[in-house]
Amino acid sequence: DALSTIILFLQNYPLYIRSIPTENELKFHYMVHTSLDVVDEKISAMGKALVDQRELYLGLLYPTEDYKVYGYVTNSKVKFVMVVDSSNTALRDNEIRSMFRKLHNSYTDVMCNPFYNPGDRIQSRAFDGMVTSMMIQVC
Amino acid sequence: MADEALFLLLHNEMVSGVYKSAEQGEVENGRCITKLENMGFRVGQGLIERFTKDTARFKDELDIMKFICKDFWTTVFKKQIDNLRTNHQGIYVLQDNKFRLLTQMSAGKQYLEHASKYLAFTCGLIRGGLSNLGIKSIVTAEVSSMPA
Repeated sequence: DALSTIILFLQNYPLYIRSIPTENELKFHYMVHTSLDVVDEKISAMGKALVDQRELYLGLLYPTEDYKVYGYVTNSKVKFVMVVDSSNTALRDNEIRSMFRKLHNSYTDVMCNPFYNPGDRIQSRAFDGMVTSMMIQVC
Repeated sequence: MADEALFLLLHNEMVSGVYKSAEQGEVENGRCITKLENMGFRVGQGLIERFTKDTARFKDELDIMKFICKDFWTTVFKKQIDNLRTNHQGIYVLQDNKFRLLTQMSAGKQYLEHASKYLAFTCGLIRGGLSNLGIKSIVTAEVSSMPA
């Protein structure tokens, strides 16, 4: 029974949080907050190393025994973090990449909505719908 | 191209619209420029989100400024910035020898003082774009001669 959580951060406060199933949410939130440190580490490492720094996708941030955490940062400094169950081995890197692209595309649409104030929590039905269909695919 | 003319005309109408509503009401003249600049700011935020969606991550500030001069300017004004200078301490000068929003106006000194109204939106555009990329900035513009 696979679980997953998706959170978007702007400068370390959350813009959007979604978990399936919804119990034990607090545990996921805690995990995601610690993974933010890993995201920051990776970004500053990129500044110095000659590693492929051109990619927006950060890959696996850190695996725990039960879960895997993936990260992605846009050029506008918005961080996307995704937590999936380790038992879900069917999920490949490419699929995670494309999920992040979809998130990024929908986030861009939200940004261009004149009724949306940058920095507010995201309350768009279209965005929710996209996230729901994505999470259902994963579970 | 049709869409270029559309933006130009819309922009001109926007400027005169803001000033007309100022005449009728409460708002003093200085606020008009601020209003136009704020409009540009919000548009810039949304635009930059769309444009940087597929580009690679920016290495540093200079990379971002080059992006503004080349890709961003080309997409908005169909040409690149002609000259970029910097003192490497945070000041960048972007020079456009044929600024699209002003080419329609007659040459000569008479309208020079009004040029700033037509630059406010673009200043906001740049400031909004930079702010979403993580750079706080102040953007000012000046015109040396019309049409410029």
